[in-house]
Amino acid sequence: MNEPAVEHVAADEPESAFKTNAPLIPRDSVAGRALVVVIAIMTFLACLTAGGALLVADASKAWRSDVLRDATIQVKPGPHDDVESLVAKAVAIAAQAPAVESAHAYSRAESEKLLEPWLGQGLDLSQLPIPRLILLRLRASGAEDLTALRKALASAVPQAGLDDHRVWAARLGAMARAIVILAAALFVLMIVAMGTAIGFATRGAMAGAREIVEVLHLVGASDAFIAGEFEIHFRGLGLRGAMIGGLAAVAFFATASLLSLSWAHSPGGEEIAAMFGSFALRPLGYLALVVVCGAVTLLTGLLSREIVMRHLQRLP
Amino acid sequence: MLRFENVGLRYGMGPEVLGDLSFSVEPQSFQFLTGPSGAGKTTLMRLMLLSLRPTRGTIRVFGLDAATLRKNDLTTLRRRIGAVFQDFRLLDHLSTYENVALPLRAMGREEKGYRAEVVELLRWVGLGDRMDAPPPVLSGGEKQRAAIARALIVRPELLLADEPTGNVDPLLARRLLRLFVELHRLGTAVVIATHDLQLMDQFGFARRLTIGGGKLAVFDGSPS
Repeated sequence: MNEPAVEHVAADEPESAFKTNAPLIPRDSVAGRALVVVIAIMTFLACLTAGGALLVADASKAWRSDVLRDATIQVKPGPHDDVESLVAKAVAIAAQAPAVESAHAYSRAESEKLLEPWLGQGLDLSQLPIPRLILLRLRASGAEDLTALRKALASAVPQAGLDDHRVWAARLGAMARAIVILAAALFVLMIVAMGTAIGFATRGAMAGAREIVEVLHLVGASDAFIAGEFEIHFRGLGLRGAMIGGLAAVAFFATASLLSLSWAHSPGGEEIAAMFGSFALRPLGYLALVVVCGAVTLLTGLLSREIVMRHLQRLP
Repeated sequence: MLRFENVGLRYGMGPEVLGDLSFSVEPQSFQFLTGPSGAGKTTLMRLMLLSLRPTRGTIRVFGLDAATLRKNDLTTLRRRIGAVFQDFRLLDHLSTYENVALPLRAMGREEKGYRAEVVELLRWVGLGDRMDAPPPVLSGGEKQRAAIARALIVRPELLLADEPTGNVDPLLARRLLRLFVELHRLGTAVVIATHDLQLMDQFGFARRLTIGGGKLAVFDGSPS
């Protein structure tokens, strides 16, 4: 074992003549493959949940911005009121309001057409005091500032009432928030279930590798080194599972996006589009799926490391 | 280096299998641990390697009391001890090279930094052409040599070898023993458990620790 000989041998030895750094925890095992399948399924479901929550959150944002940019003035004429002049006055007041971009008054014919679904066709409605609607399109920046308009209408046209759809927007927002919170709870449950599966698999792998752990201890390996080897092993399994599950989720959203384009003009498609928007995940959504996959991979490695460390520290 | 004081060991509530063992292993010493099969040689080797705790008495290793060692200290101490196990304890999924390099890898050393040492040692023990072979395809003698190489690779201060010549022919046994003697001359304290009296007689200078009936007797060797 003299030193000069060592250098000579090193120079002669080809780099790839033999295996040099095989994983200390054997890579392929039935338990390992089962864990990959579990992680793949859980990652797929977690990605679907995350993607679904993002779709709903995006759609909700779109609904609310649309609804909040619309407001309605309803003019309810009394028996002796000239409804046309009341409507014209209300339109004039609304058009002067800084928050209003445009105002469109429904004509008598249009108003009667709105009632057709309930009252049927061919009726003479001229003697009825049918309220008239004025649809306001608000400026994006001034959507919240309708107090002045409300006051002006109350003093000049007391028969007119302003509805800015805030109640609807609040309900839509609450519903969307509830869906997102539900999705987050499901996501957490899936991560917990996955963590439990990883815990079982790690303990199983440790039981199977007891001889390896013992030999490593006897040759002077620290607990941290052994736990690190398990972490590498499980991170690899986690990466495989996360890649499979994540790619399946990406394929699902991409397919759903394409299908929603072909459904777009069918009645059912319009309803789905109203709920989920175009069903197309934005690039940021796909990035979120990548983040989920990365987090699953890291979680798998770190969790198994922690379990192994705790187990080793309990050993005498 | 290694000191046993009134060490006793029993398993559970059974009788003491080893009792009142008091001896020391000095630096750069060479000794055989001998006795009939089942006398407790392997158990005593495990106590020396600190993989078994005594039920009474004190074991001091490199000046530290084994009873009060923390886990990190134990890891550090084991890096100063090389061990050859009777059943080799090679990892079947690793190549011979990887098995021999395992203690260096466990220390966190880079593979490039130790490759030359491992290759040279493997050639020295006659396994230069078996570096890529996993243990299941090695013969008993080859496994023995791989296990010895793994113990020697860290140039330990104390080498514990349990029946290191049990699976090899007499010629190879002598060759392996000479390897241990050379290591001893380089400064390593060596303890070899064996019941091969003929082999021990060839190395008359070595101290003999004879175990029987749970007790230990120490016989100094003749000057070399």
